Amino acid sequence: MTLLPIALLGAVAGLDVVSFPQAMISRPIVAATVGGAFAGNAGAGLLVGAAVELIALETLPVGASRYPEWGSASVVAGALAAGAPPGSPGPVPMTILAALATAWVGGWSMIALRKWNAVRARAHLADLERGSATTVNALQLWGLTADLARGAALTIISYSALRPVVDAAAVHWRVDARTSRALVVGAAAAVAVAAVWKVFHWAPLSRMLFGAGLIGGVALVVWS
Amino acid sequence: MVVTGGGAAPVPLSPGTRIGIFTRLFAIQASWNYELLMGIGIGFCVEPALRSLPGGPDGPRYHEALARQCRYFNAHPYLASVAVGALARTELDGVPGDRIERFRTALCGPLGSVGDRLVWAGWLPVCSLLALAVYGLGGGPLRVVATFLLAYNAGHLALRIWGLQAGWKHGMRVATALSSRVFRDGPAYLARAGALLAGIALPVALARVIGPGQGRGPLAGVLVATAVGSITLVRMHGRAEGWRIALGVLAAFVLYATVLRHG
Repeated sequence: MTLLPIALLGAVAGLDVVSFPQAMISRPIVAATVGGAFAGNAGAGLLVGAAVELIALETLPVGASRYPEWGSASVVAGALAAGAPPGSPGPVPMTILAALATAWVGGWSMIALRKWNAVRARAHLADLERGSATTVNALQLWGLTADLARGAALTIISYSALRPVVDAAAVHWRVDARTSRALVVGAAAAVAVAAVWKVFHWAPLSRMLFGAGLIGGVALVVWS
Repeated sequence: MVVTGGGAAPVPLSPGTRIGIFTRLFAIQASWNYELLMGIGIGFCVEPALRSLPGGPDGPRYHEALARQCRYFNAHPYLASVAVGALARTELDGVPGDRIERFRTALCGPLGSVGDRLVWAGWLPVCSLLALAVYGLGGGPLRVVATFLLAYNAGHLALRIWGLQAGWKHGMRVATALSSRVFRDGPAYLARAGALLAGIALPVALARVIGPGQGRGPLAGVLVATAVGSITLVRMHGRAEGWRIALGVLAAFVLYATVLRHG
């Protein structure tokens, strides 16, 4: 039974996104790899995690902005990839799609939780204005617990719903491995390059350094 | 600990209290919401220091200070440690409440924008790209995960520790700490390092995701698709998010590969 440890991992990764401790164990390259390890194949989780990490470079968790919840989503994707039937090229695109879809839903669930936190804070406003430490601790504990439960529920629902879909896609996949991988990588790379441009292009010399790095990186690929 | 500077009277703060405040910093956003933002979290983190106020945790000054610290506040979560240290200091120094309120309001903007540029748009993508480079160069799961977590959290923890100490040390004059070169020039250095790393990491990571034995044909196609796709995204100037477009493209491809082509 792998669902319980995966659910716990998804809960912890979901909690890490905002509430506690923001050590970025929720980043796709970490969470998907560990999710894959929990399901018995860390390498499969790492492959999916690297692809999703490229896409996640675009979304910065800035303040009150709305962004996808990559933590639980990456755990789900890593576990799905690790448990997929071997030999089919379908699971890689499917699990990355699963990560993006789950991250989208997860983002909405975070917004709902923040609204719920606001409702609870408003209900206890008089106690907060009296300086009640008990109320402060209770609201903090509530927030942590609710976020943990949110991540666990999201992981369980997403993994349970998508496990048979990924398995079925693996059986019915009709596009060769080269094309399947190339499409996934092309989509992820386009988002990643645009993200890198958006984040770094303002700094002096950054374009030249990117070009120099690109020459080195392509040379490494060609020679390896 | 006895500190000097920042206020009229040095205030002792026990190691236990300092550890208590520091550990609470990791949960500063636990009750984050759209009305008070991280206000309750600031109160939660400052609270151990407030117990040292005259009258202790049952006294009126404690309750008055805690109520004040739980009001609306926003900052970058790591740099909020600066605010926590400085606000704890001002409360224990006996600064009048209205001055603390104004100081608190003034802290929000700089601590948010400096942290966002330094961490979310600097340190985090640099560490991600470093991990992707390690992956692309053949690193296994443990090495990739360890590289990312150790690198990222070295900066993360250093920032939280420094922030709490600087805030406590400088109190209401904490702006001097924020004018350090790390905050002024750090984002530019990180952006340059990130650009260089991105140039190396992207092709090697992409080649590994494509996998061995697939030839160089897919990589050439991917490079062309990447150039076209990324230029399109950049020219859209944020009117559409890339991850949503990727979601749509992948969904359409999965549909084609499993249903349409199958039929």
